[in-house]
Amino acid sequence: METLRKFEKVCEIVDQNDRSAARLIPILQAVQSEYRYLPEEILTYIATSLGISPASVFGVATFYSLFTMKPKGKYIIRICDGTACHVKGSMNLYEALRNKLTLKEGADSTPDMLFTLETVNCLGACGLAPAMVINDEVFGQLTPERVDSIIDDILDKEEKNEFDTHGA
Amino acid sequence: MSEERYVTIDNKTILIEEEGNLLELVRKANIELPTFCYHSELSVYGSCRLCMVEIEGLGLVPACSTPPAMGMKVRTNTEEIRKMRKIIVELLLANHNQDCPTCQKGSTCQLQALARRLGVSKVRFKKQNRELPLDDSSPSLVRDPNKCVLCGDCVRICSEVQSVGAIDFAYRGAHTVVIPSFGKELDKVECINCGQCARVCPTGALMPKSEIEEVWKAIYDPNKVVVGQVAPAVRVALGEMFGLEPGVTTTGQIAAALKAIGFDKIFDTSFSADLTVIEESNEFINRIQKNENIPQFTSCCPAWVKFVEQYYPEFVNHLSTCRSPQQMFGALAKEILANDLGIGPEDVVVVSIMPCTAKKFEAKRPEFNHNGMRDVDNVLTTQELGRMIEEAGINFRELEPESFHLPFGFKTGAGVIFGNSGGVSEAALRYITEKITGEKRDSYEFTTVRGDNGMREATLTVGSKDFSLAVVNGLGNARNLLERIKSGDVHYDFVEVMACPGGCVGGAGQPVYSNPSIRHKRTKGIYENDRMLELHKSQDNPYVTELYSSYLGDIGGEKAHHLLHTSYKTRKRISDEDMTFSSGDDQGFEVNVCFGTGCFLKGSQKLLRDILEYIRSNGLHSSVKVGASFCFETCDRGPVVKIGDKIIEHCTLDKAREAIEGMATSTLKEVQRNA
Ligand code: SF4
Ligand code: SF4
Ligand code: FES
Repeated sequence: METLRKFEKVCEIVDQNDRSAARLIPILQAVQSEYRYLPEEILTYIATSLGISPASVFGVATFYSLFTMKPKGKYIIRICDGTACHVKGSMNLYEALRNKLTLKEGADSTPDMLFTLETVNCLGACGLAPAMVINDEVFGQLTPERVDSIIDDILDKEEKNEFDTHGA
Repeated sequence: MSEERYVTIDNKTILIEEEGNLLELVRKANIELPTFCYHSELSVYGSCRLCMVEIEGLGLVPACSTPPAMGMKVRTNTEEIRKMRKIIVELLLANHNQDCPTCQKGSTCQLQALARRLGVSKVRFKKQNRELPLDDSSPSLVRDPNKCVLCGDCVRICSEVQSVGAIDFAYRGAHTVVIPSFGKELDKVECINCGQCARVCPTGALMPKSEIEEVWKAIYDPNKVVVGQVAPAVRVALGEMFGLEPGVTTTGQIAAALKAIGFDKIFDTSFSADLTVIEESNEFINRIQKNENIPQFTSCCPAWVKFVEQYYPEFVNHLSTCRSPQQMFGALAKEILANDLGIGPEDVVVVSIMPCTAKKFEAKRPEFNHNGMRDVDNVLTTQELGRMIEEAGINFRELEPESFHLPFGFKTGAGVIFGNSGGVSEAALRYITEKITGEKRDSYEFTTVRGDNGMREATLTVGSKDFSLAVVNGLGNARNLLERIKSGDVHYDFVEVMACPGGCVGGAGQPVYSNPSIRHKRTKGIYENDRMLELHKSQDNPYVTELYSSYLGDIGGEKAHHLLHTSYKTRKRISDEDMTFSSGDDQGFEVNVCFGTGCFLKGSQKLLRDILEYIRSNGLHSSVKVGASFCFETCDRGPVVKIGDKIIEHCTLDKAREAIEGMATSTLKEVQRNA
């Protein structure tokens, strides 16, 4: 049902934008915030409804780095690897996180799609080095232990949510 | 009279007439500026920067995107410009796979030609080779992204002229590539195989796919009888590869060359075009009488046929059911010829020589494939035949003309003009007018349907009835026309469509050309050819008459249907894109709701919701997997739902429920039996 709900949302987004090809970018933005990425079959659907070719939609989706066609987790963790953070051991944090999330070789996301781990070049928070952002929240002066507990907090919260929805 | 306007180009005064940009004026001054991304048929892109010129007071500008202004002083060969051009070519070469000696593009490569012309003798930049995979999935084309110079010519012709848009730019910066959507292979997307992209590609990044090796193999096989058929448009273009003028007819030389190469029998696709005229015209008269599926669309262009199948499912029934001349010939050869020669059809190898890349796709359509045997085994383009002639060392220009074999080598002019846009209509008119009135006419030319416009129309009175015709080339024009027919703005009885500009004479299998005047000469050559022939109307072809009386029986009869007609299907544009909404276990069955545009508009969204609801409330979710597909290829009968193997058209919740219940009980029984 979740997939259907999302898909209906896409139909709504396309309609709200008058099925106009000129509004492709806002449509893609809205769709990406729904799915957290741009699934291929949804892009085809959008192309068809706007009367343009899927290849040109793909072109736009790959041109802007803001868009992604790879699924991303609910929590996107960005570890800063700018000079300041790097010097203060950001790569240790990165490794600690990979272990904590038991990410497999080559994978950036957990299989349940809860977390995606990325590095960025500079968060502009060098004073807080080493730093990371989870979705919109910035965390600074990190140690592997702190990172560990931040993740645990999220996991707890998620478990509680899960319980709430199912227990009702 | 308005004042005359002019510019000076390298000290010569040039009058400004219709020209929209400086480049056209420079060419008018007989100076050949190098260009990669400029085509007079396409929009101006201005990316290659090769056409830079210097304008006094303005400095360097790209000529292709600069409008001329009165009194401009233009220089095209300053020291700075010369240096810059060389650097551009060097930069392109640094980014280019350098297998030039083995590249099929050979002497028609514009990058090679330019390097030679500008005297680029070495590349000073470090080679930037990113190895990208070769895409040879398409039956018609090979894409080698490593040779792409990103001029965008193919992208623009595909979207602007053909309105398909199968390929486009993706990614950016140093990673920019021209690829089909989602980086899929070309045969998985909506490409209609017209090959026009390969025609305008300046390098070997897009090339018609070669079948030369397979043909040599058949020729060398002593157990095979190799039968050639030559399409009309080939005879007025092949000579260009051997230095002859475009439009010069070389039918006799082609026959001689094919014999020399080792073909056992040589026939003319124009013969089966004569057959097409008779079948298709009678089909038309029938439809008019019944007022069914009018307008009738021609079906000899496989690119157009695929276009209708994937974009206009509601019009699929309007396509004539006649096979194209190529496929009619294939069927006749495998059945009649094999029989006459006393051999099995598997020992007859039919090789077509076509101006066309889409014909390669057509020959591989499952409709023309029986038990793994194709009616047409191989399709060579005009270019490929030219290369085989070169390889065999045959001096084409000096060949003594020879004739085609009988009976399928005899044609009338009607079968020859099929190579031109407007030719199929004219050939049909030559038949229909006599058939309807029952009178022989002396004249045979219908010049109203001739011309070079992408869209032409004509009205004609035959007997007491008026017929309206449209003749279209270029699928963008066809799309416009279909939209107007759909909205009721226009009405036609008969519509001829060819995908390539100018028709098959401008096909992508022909020797590469970029100047439309070359195509015009070929068109003229075809009409001259018609005039030179003894007969001009298909109904006068004695061998066609003989074929009906000895073998086929009635026009449009059973035998004719079996050999000369076919059926179409609606098809998905992009393969393998499905979504799953609820998954059952392995024992279960699938329910798939079409979410293609056609079905979506007909309410498949609500239907899917209702079906999911029904499945949930009946506790079926573990045994049913519910998904959505993009298009089941029967959009005219939507909404379409597939339940198990069963396709339900015009589906409603009730119909779906009934089918699901049926499936559920039978799977249940199966499970019990297996237990
Ligand atoms: S063959 Fe035709 S449809 Fe296919 S990519 Fe090239 S131009 Fe487009
Ligand atoms: S117009 Fe002729 S050459 Fe072009 S795709 Fe159609 S059949 Fe082939
Ligand atoms: S849209 Fe094609 S079958 Fe539904």
